[in-house]
Amino acid sequence: MALKIKHRGAWKPFVLGAFAVLLFAGVAQPSKAEYGDVVINNYSDAAGMRPAVFPHWFHRIRFRCKVCHADLGFKFKAGGNQITMAKIIDGKFCGACHNGEVAWSVENCAMCHSGIPGTPTHFHGSTLQRLVAPAYKPLPAKKTADNK
Amino acid sequence: MSLKNGFVIVSSAVLLIAAVWSTSVPAAGNAIQGLLMMGEVSAANTFNLNLKKPKNPNAPPWEDGIHDTTNEATFNLQPPLEAYEGLPRTSFGNHVDWVKALDEGLIKPRWDLLDSNAEPFVMDLDIVRPVKASVPDVVFPHRQHTEWLLCSNCHPAIFIPQKGANQINMSAILLGQKCGVCHGKVAFPIETKTCKKCHSKPKPADWQPPLSEATLKNPWK
Ligand code: HEC
Ligand code: HEC
Ligand code: HEC
Ligand code: HEC
Ligand code: HEC
Ligand code: HEC
Repeated sequence: MALKIKHRGAWKPFVLGAFAVLLFAGVAQPSKAEYGDVVINNYSDAAGMRPAVFPHWFHRIRFRCKVCHADLGFKFKAGGNQITMAKIIDGKFCGACHNGEVAWSVENCAMCHSGIPGTPTHFHGSTLQRLVAPAYKPLPAKKTADNK
Repeated sequence: MSLKNGFVIVSSAVLLIAAVWSTSVPAAGNAIQGLLMMGEVSAANTFNLNLKKPKNPNAPPWEDGIHDTTNEATFNLQPPLEAYEGLPRTSFGNHVDWVKALDEGLIKPRWDLLDSNAEPFVMDLDIVRPVKASVPDVVFPHRQHTEWLLCSNCHPAIFIPQKGANQINMSAILLGQKCGVCHGKVAFPIETKTCKKCHSKPKPADWQPPLSEATLKNPWK
């Protein structure tokens, strides 16, 4: 491809190439986060902490969903539980386990607060996020109303 | 030294770094190859314009793009592949067959926060949901769900516990409602490879898709 424009200055494709490489390296790549990883950042940034990252895969090897989502009262909503450190040290949410009894305790700030600063609350790897276009909305008509 | 030469030197250096980088990082090699091809085909006509393929599934925390690599503790976190060693694999979601892993006792997630011997109340009840479209009918298995969840995780907030009482369709699921509250988030995702996990009851051999009204009333027929 470089041949065509050679007579106009061999440096051009190099400069173009260099720019493009920089562009590729700089542009945010689609995240490779593990399926089900949750970044929680309602308050962390504002308090000068890295966002918290919660890995579902790691915890579901140790606990059924029921333990967190029924017994401990985590709602099925990323960022929807208003988790704060005050609640955690009172033994709620993450603090029900990260208390030095069930799991390592709360002074290991950086184990949870490990997200890239400035990244928003987000549920990673979801199907919705991978859709190329918004999900199709069917006609509100009778067709879909009757499911039997 | 002329400005021109300066450019050549700088850009050659960048390309050299990129070349070295691309041999060590395969994904980058592809990116650069794609770049070279873009010189031939206009960017608007690249082959896979909308195809999103997850690169490097099960990346360790320090390469996954969400963990801060300037945080030392990031490197103390467990890489998923280490944990998945010996578990049955799939080609979607976490790339782990969680149902099989549990059934075969390869993982032993607790049902109770403290009591590691507590057992779930497993209910083996399949609910068949006939589907109007040509895809196989949906079978909702209570067994696999009650292994992980409590009745109250679904009833009544997500589903009224009565066969056929809930309106469910794919659009709602893809938008994260009904089955999509969990599937597409934590439980297996919604993609071509998983359709038949839910759509698992084949239609009778003589089944025909219903014709749309516009076809039945087509005046040019
Ligand atoms: C077990 C995991 C975990 C550990 C350990 C932990 N945190 Fe947090 N922390 C969280 C979560 C989750 C949130 C909520 C994040 C949000 O919404 O921004 C949070 C929120 C915060 C916030 C903002 C909200 C508030 O309470 O003011 C601060 C500040 C904070 N953590 C500091 C710390 C410090 C300092 C430590 C170590 C002494 C620590 N955290 C340890 C999980 C943890
Ligand atoms: C150790 C605790 C824990 C376990 C076990 C757990 N989760 Fe979660 N789950 C969480 C936390 C924490 C969040 C994020 C809540 C927040 O940001 O306030 C969450 C969020 C979710 C969400 C919300 C997604 C959205 O739309 O925002 C879903 C769905 C979910 N979990 C499903 C599951 C399923 C299914 C299982 C079992 C396979 C499971 N979880 C096991 C702690 C857990
Ligand atoms: C039901 C109990 C439970 C809850 C609730 C819980 N964790 Fe954990 N967590 C554990 C256990 C057990 C471990 C493993 C401890 C060990 O390795 O010694 C762990 C480990 C972790 C790890 C380290 C994973 C690794 O790679 O080693 C992180 C990060 C973490 N938890 C974050 C959180 C955050 C953030 C929350 C709250 C949103 C939370 N956890 C709530 C039980 C829990
Ligand atoms: C993952 C979500 C989920 C969980 C957990 C769950 N169910 Fe269901 N249940 C459903 C769905 C979906 C249906 C079908 C509703 C429909 O067809 O509209 C259903 C239907 C039912 C029905 C109606 C059956 C019929 O023939 O009319 C009963 C009764 C029921 N569930 C009881 C339970 C009990 C008891 C538990 C706990 C042991 C439980 N369910 C746990 C999702 C769930
Ligand atoms: C509250 C969360 C939740 C809801 C809602 C839910 N599921 Fe599931 N489902 C799970 C979990 C967790 C598993 C275990 C496997 C996994 O995590 O991939 C599972 C497994 C399954 C399996 C078994 C796959 C196998 O390999 O045996 C089928 C089939 C299934 N779900 C269908 C459905 C259908 C259909 C609906 C809606 C009517 C639904 N689920 C709603 C959480 C849920
Ligand atoms: C988590 C389970 C689940 C998965 C995975 C799933 N479906 Fe569905 N699908 C359903 C349910 C439940 C319905 C509603 C059935 C009814 O009418 O009661 C449905 C309905 C449909 C319908 C009928 C039209 C409509 O929207 O109601 C089509 C077509 C369909 N699915 C195609 C697919 C395809 C293609 C895939 C794979 C990409 C897929 N489904 C994956 C659960 C699932």
